[in-house]
Amino acid sequence: MAVGDPERTAILDIDRLQVSLFTRRGVLPAVDGLSLTVAARETVAIVGESGCGKSLTALAVMRLLPEPPAKIVSGAVRFMGRDLASLSDRAMRRVRGKDISMIFQDPMTSLNPVTTVGDQLIEAIQWHNDVSRREAHARAVELLRQVRIPDAERRLDDYPHQMSGGMSQRVMIAMAIACGPKLLIADEPTTALDVTIQAQILELIKELQASSGMGLIIITHDLGVVAETADRVVVMYAGRKVEEAPVEALFERPLHRYTSGLLGATPSAKRRRGSRLAEIGGSVPALSELPAGCAFQNRCADAFDRCRTERPKLMPLMPGRTAACFAAEEELSRHVAAIGT
Amino acid sequence: MSLLSVLSLCVQYQTAQGTVRAVDDVSFELEPGETLGLVGESGCGKSTLGKAIMRLVPSSDGVVVLDGQDITRMPNAGLKSVRKNMQMIFQDPYGSLNPRHDVGTIVGQPLSVAGWSRKDIRDRVADLLRQVGLSADAARRYPHEFSGGQRQRVGIARALALRPKVIICDEPVSALDVSVRAQVINLLQDLQQQTGVSYLFISHDLSVVEHVSDRLIVMYLGRIVESGRGAEVWEQPAHPYTLALLTAAPVADPKLARSRTKNLLQGELPSPLNPPPGCSFHVRCPMARERCRQERPVLRNVSGDRMVACHYDLLEQSAELPRAVGAAN
Repeated sequence: MAVGDPERTAILDIDRLQVSLFTRRGVLPAVDGLSLTVAARETVAIVGESGCGKSLTALAVMRLLPEPPAKIVSGAVRFMGRDLASLSDRAMRRVRGKDISMIFQDPMTSLNPVTTVGDQLIEAIQWHNDVSRREAHARAVELLRQVRIPDAERRLDDYPHQMSGGMSQRVMIAMAIACGPKLLIADEPTTALDVTIQAQILELIKELQASSGMGLIIITHDLGVVAETADRVVVMYAGRKVEEAPVEALFERPLHRYTSGLLGATPSAKRRRGSRLAEIGGSVPALSELPAGCAFQNRCADAFDRCRTERPKLMPLMPGRTAACFAAEEELSRHVAAIGT
Repeated sequence: MSLLSVLSLCVQYQTAQGTVRAVDDVSFELEPGETLGLVGESGCGKSTLGKAIMRLVPSSDGVVVLDGQDITRMPNAGLKSVRKNMQMIFQDPYGSLNPRHDVGTIVGQPLSVAGWSRKDIRDRVADLLRQVGLSADAARRYPHEFSGGQRQRVGIARALALRPKVIICDEPVSALDVSVRAQVINLLQDLQQQTGVSYLFISHDLSVVEHVSDRLIVMYLGRIVESGRGAEVWEQPAHPYTLALLTAAPVADPKLARSRTKNLLQGELPSPLNPPPGCSFHVRCPMARERCRQERPVLRNVSGDRMVACHYDLLEQSAELPRAVGAAN
């Protein structure tokens, strides 16, 4: 696994991506200077709450941003060395669905309700490959088997409404892997599903990744899903990356105060039942009302003067991990000083 | 006597394809000041059960007794007194508040239905808003001006207005972000401490239910498959379905998440239109035997106040556990 040295085999390299929303209230920084790499076989989780920019990041990579109001204003999205942000729409259509695929939260609305599942799969296969309908049909059956849909041949004739949520998500996954993508982006792939079905789908995605070697970005708000799947985690808050770390290190010792807040707010077996959850007070500031300095300051118990005036930069605070937090910086430098004496 | 007793409650829906037994012979009791968690996957009947207890959907059989009074056969006109003692909080903080009313009107509505004077309503609403952590000027604002978490606070204030003894919480935090979810859970627990209200807490999220519940009930296809003290059920589930739910739930701890053996359930929830014969779980159960296909297990007491509906429950057959886990891998 390329953890710790993602540069060497990075297939995706997002470099200081800036996505702005052009609204009546002004130009809002929905994704603000985000950098991120994904290597082959690697799973990177992007975690954060509604409005933190995690889904817009994925849509920017796919070049599926709702334009207007959203637009990539600067930065690069390099995929296998090519900058997707500057590709023509026509060239991008050849990449999307072939080299990079995406699955969405709601499988029921991502499938076309008036076409059979088989026709939708065959269309996806024929769009990218010069094959006959008969060959595409055979490939579709094989794909449904691969995603463990029982009775695959017959299910091809089903319409989406005849399938359960779990089955529809399997179809979406089949469609996403139809052309053997090198990168799969899964945006909240199991949020709409029941817990036993969620476990099946996560397991399926992991197996497909292990056999194909594709890179995987999982976007989620659920720290349980992060813990189950990710190698590396990127935590986003109000459009910015606030922390990045290998998964075990992040859960063991979160550096950014927002990350530790999220972990404390998640009920887990470790905490005694009935005890209070740690709260993050207040709510995420609107993008139009971001304060000077750190965006998290108004909810942070450790914020001090510097946090209110200066925006913290991402710093390599520990080996293999970065965080944008003055409180964490101070704490670590005190710690280092204590060891030194 | 229990505050709320539900006895053999059944809810049936007639559909073009036949009869769905959405809630099938469900019985339980809720004590004063207690939180009873109700978990299960979509379609297991947990929300229908909550609504049937509130009489928001008609039950076809069985009895609901609230505070010594059978409310199942009560004429609709008599329900006002029931609503005073039992209220509900809904999942969707966007859909459950009237967008054309200001928050003061929304929170004060139960009071005005109950015949309170204007001034009393105004004072009580101000108290309620303070109690749920909203500022006093919230009363003059409209739902769209609030975030999801704040709206859920409005819903909670409305439910508390008449000082009910029971609040049915139907997925109250499922639509909320993690940090806001913790705020609302803590608020519900604080309010219980202050007012002694009992909660029936319905959720699909096991970690949340585990966190808040004293006792819990697990439902599958309209029936209770297991119930008992929260911590006991969690530490040693008796029904294979409970075990499967627990192992399927993602754990927010990477080391634990990757080291534990997974007992992944195969297949999906069968159609409630046509539930399997015998034990309705047998088609997905890694331990199912011949008897499970033939005979429906009754809910029986196994130890203390633990109830389980399984012919071969895991407390008795703990030697089966490794096999059950192994079979799925």
